[in-house]
Amino acid sequence: MIGFAAERFSAGIANLDVPMGIGGSDMYRQQILDHYKNPRNYGEIEDATFTHVGENPMCGDTIEMDVVLDDDEETIEAIAFQGDGCAISQASASMLSKRLEGMTIEELETMDRDDVIDMLGVDISPMRVKCAVLAEKVAQDGAEIYFGEKDLEETTTEDDDPE
Amino acid sequence: MTVSEPGALDVASIREDFPVLDREFDGTPLVYLDNAATTQTPQQVIDAISEYYETYNANVHRGLHQLSQEASIAYEEAHDTVAEFVGAAGREELIFTGNTTESENLVAYAWGLNELGPGDEVVLTEMEHHASLVTWQQIAKKTGATVRYIRVTEDGHLDLDHAKKLIGSDTKLVSVLHVSNTLGTINPVADLADLAHAHDALIFVDGAQAVPNRPVDVEAIDADFYAFSGHKMAGPTGIGALYGKQAILEAMEPFNYGGDMITKVTFDDATWNDLPWKFEAGTPKIAQGIALAEAVEYLDDIGMEAIARHENELAQYTLDRLAEFDDIETFGPPAGTERGGLVSFNLGTVHAHDLSSILNDYAVAIRAGDHCTQPLHDKLGVAATARASFYIYNTREEIDVLIDAMDDARELFA
Repeated sequence: MIGFAAERFSAGIANLDVPMGIGGSDMYRQQILDHYKNPRNYGEIEDATFTHVGENPMCGDTIEMDVVLDDDEETIEAIAFQGDGCAISQASASMLSKRLEGMTIEELETMDRDDVIDMLGVDISPMRVKCAVLAEKVAQDGAEIYFGEKDLEETTTEDDDPE
Repeated sequence: MTVSEPGALDVASIREDFPVLDREFDGTPLVYLDNAATTQTPQQVIDAISEYYETYNANVHRGLHQLSQEASIAYEEAHDTVAEFVGAAGREELIFTGNTTESENLVAYAWGLNELGPGDEVVLTEMEHHASLVTWQQIAKKTGATVRYIRVTEDGHLDLDHAKKLIGSDTKLVSVLHVSNTLGTINPVADLADLAHAHDALIFVDGAQAVPNRPVDVEAIDADFYAFSGHKMAGPTGIGALYGKQAILEAMEPFNYGGDMITKVTFDDATWNDLPWKFEAGTPKIAQGIALAEAVEYLDDIGMEAIARHENELAQYTLDRLAEFDDIETFGPPAGTERGGLVSFNLGTVHAHDLSSILNDYAVAIRAGDHCTQPLHDKLGVAATARASFYIYNTREEIDVLIDAMDDARELFA
């Protein structure tokens, strides 16, 4: 049960404090399903400024992002992603890709999980937050690796604190 | 409730023993189908824990006062009860551990590290749980031994021809699941024990999914080691067991040092206590051990033969119901082949985690993910599966609730 038990039913969350519905179909509002079924910016960009991949092996969620920066390397001009996984992870990648168009690297670096959850517009159950934030972390790590601030093969959000 | 037939479980009466089954979420009764992960706990076991703490909580084997004597006797007798339940000769062969994983690590560290070296082979299976797979991978790295894997066939069985080729003179240990936690396959562990012994290898059987739901006789299997967990068999968390043949356990070095496992200590050396205490260092899992014995008596009263039939019957019913739908893929042995009480499946392209989240709205609890068998999932070509797993209190009607609730996922993801 290494790791997985902690992932699904974190000991830190008292059973009775988790309202039913969170984690159920409330998470799958139209916008999420629309992005999952019709992902925006899906594909690859051959001459991307940087490319980075992320994987949550226990979930099986994978995301690869190609990012094109402007000549000053300050602003995201274009972005594409490919991936596989649950609806939350893939819809989040699709929505994030739209959000990142025209965004500065500085703005990307200041994004956090609350921004991602706001973007999704639904309550994400604690156990699924790592699915929601994988794309954001891939984009951020990709940028940091490109600018020499980080050395990392592959991103994962599975070892993050689920809360 | 299920239609009563001769030898069938009285599920209605069993359900009354499990307080948690009364839970409802927004008026919807809980349908708990995640029993391969952990089973629920009957009042009798909860009472055994309460009684211990309310009336005779004390450390064992070191106090001469009344409470310590009562606790020591209850804790020691718990070993006898659990030993008898799995066909072991006595408490000398039954060590209480934290869980199956710890039992596996005990053997890996106390036996594997000392006995394995370059050129030696440990034979596992492709359906092995991470508890064994990762443990022996790491021991192999430390000792220079090699890990090899018996293939799993298309229909979810072990390829015994392949096993015969793999197990040979270099094999020192075979470690195999009795019942697969992902496929439900019941493995021919007695045959594999014969094969291992023919080559002077030991066999470790992971019985985490077998002891809870079928009669197990470690001597009939001729297992050298056999491990299982309390929380998957109506017992508490934090307690598991390791059976080992007495001669092997006596020859083995201890796993942990300190406390209860010592007889005599000087500034230079120490000698070890008798079995099983030699492998139970420190203050042991007293309340949990006593409660596990209570769980064993609870299951024994119901009857393991009847439980095995019930589990297989629910699994077969689930396979039949799932076969009604073209968009469902199931894994493991086909319908009609006896299996443990679990079925892993996928609904179309819906990710198992999305499915589980939606089923949660219907108060249906299933497991979704890799079930700690990532390499097997790689082989099956899926990242995750949904798994419904059953126990003595589950009914066909609950499986119908699961099947009906999946329509919602179909609609959402259509």
